[in-house]
Amino acid sequence: MEQAKEKLRAFLARHIAGRTIADEDQIFASGFVNSMFAMQLVLFLEKNFKIAIGNEDLELKNFQSINAMAELIERKTSPSQNGSNS
Amino acid sequence: MELTFEQQRLRAAFREFADAHIVPHANTWDREERMPAEMVRQLASKGYLGAVLPADCGGAGFNMVGFGLLNEELGRGCSSIRSLLTVHSMAALTIWRWGAEAQKAQWLEKLGQGQAIAAFALTEPEAGSDAREIRTEAVVSGDDFLLSGHKKWITFAQIADLFLVFARSQRGPCAFLLERNTPGLVISPVHGMLGTRASMMAELHLEQCRVPKRNLVGAPGFGLSHIASSALDCGRYSVAWGCVGIAQACLETCLRYTGQRKQFGTLLRDHQLVQRMIAHMVVGVKAARLLCYNAGQLKDAGDPTSMIEISIAKYFACKTAAEIARDAVQIHGANGCSSEYPVERFYRDAKIMEIIEGSNEIQEITIAQSACQEVADSAAIAR
Repeated sequence: MEQAKEKLRAFLARHIAGRTIADEDQIFASGFVNSMFAMQLVLFLEKNFKIAIGNEDLELKNFQSINAMAELIERKTSPSQNGSNS
Repeated sequence: MELTFEQQRLRAAFREFADAHIVPHANTWDREERMPAEMVRQLASKGYLGAVLPADCGGAGFNMVGFGLLNEELGRGCSSIRSLLTVHSMAALTIWRWGAEAQKAQWLEKLGQGQAIAAFALTEPEAGSDAREIRTEAVVSGDDFLLSGHKKWITFAQIADLFLVFARSQRGPCAFLLERNTPGLVISPVHGMLGTRASMMAELHLEQCRVPKRNLVGAPGFGLSHIASSALDCGRYSVAWGCVGIAQACLETCLRYTGQRKQFGTLLRDHQLVQRMIAHMVVGVKAARLLCYNAGQLKDAGDPTSMIEISIAKYFACKTAAEIARDAVQIHGANGCSSEYPVERFYRDAKIMEIIEGSNEIQEITIAQSACQEVADSAAIAR
């Protein structure tokens, strides 16, 4: 999970320039992301962690912080997860 | 840019289709401000309306580069028919990407095979570039939502069977599937537009349209950030390639014209000031196509940078098409100002491209912000 968080920190640093984001910080509440960011984040998660994000994942609690996204990645990549959105 | 064998085969097929079925009629469709149903059927019969959907969903299964090539060739023939491909693909891709299984089962095959036409309904009289200002409201009523509001400038709304419509709710922006026959939905055709005049534009008036909750796409609150954003990404990509098509059409038309018409006893193509305009066209078309191709490859790879690269490609291709179309009219002189030649249509259509799916100015803001972030990131790393 720490490896995932490291990748997430690096990605966020590119999109929320000049600010340090702590793992529990509320990213979307920060006001520092633009209109394209939400979908860029989805694409980043899908490509880098080989997961599919579908409508069932569209809950703010899944994306609101580095910790939340790390948990989402863990859930989606656990052996019991069949994936979605073929 | 080297296309694969399969991409070359696709492009040749698209080009042949456009030359046979679109190019000879585009001026008439433009003048009559309508797209014949038979043309839509032909597009469907070729599988082009399912271009972005996988084959197992009833689509043609093209990748994004293949979809781009289709947009270029249709756009070379007629921006109105290309705009049908754009809005229909935006809605179809959204259902595939974010729809519930029941929505996919109900619509994907129909949309993929062109048995139903879909349109994208976001813009309102008071909400253009700033989509957050939409005023169409969705209010919960038992197991349904009641939608009320006014959508404007909706491409192909005159014939669409299904609308991907956006509204604000108590839980934030939402996206819904709204069927044409829904009571309370009134569709009013819009005529007299500057360009893409055959795109059968209309306004939607929604008066307490009752929509079941199962027609919600995605989740409440994600309507703009994820649903509209991913659809518009597809739309920008489609428009960008369509602009390459407009620019290519201008170039080809000018090469023919300047090889036939003489002034001062010399073919126009031998006048150096005309040559400058032709050179500008050649380079502009190639550069725009390369940017689109790059964006398509990134999109096929699922790369998050594809979104900004699409924005860059759209910005450049639209500006280039507008400049090239202006020069194409100039080269044709008075002939270029008449409907006897297609360049005046290209000129009007190209202007529209600088406004739709994110105006030039919105792209400039987006691209500049992205560049500034990259610089700031590099500086942070250096520290």
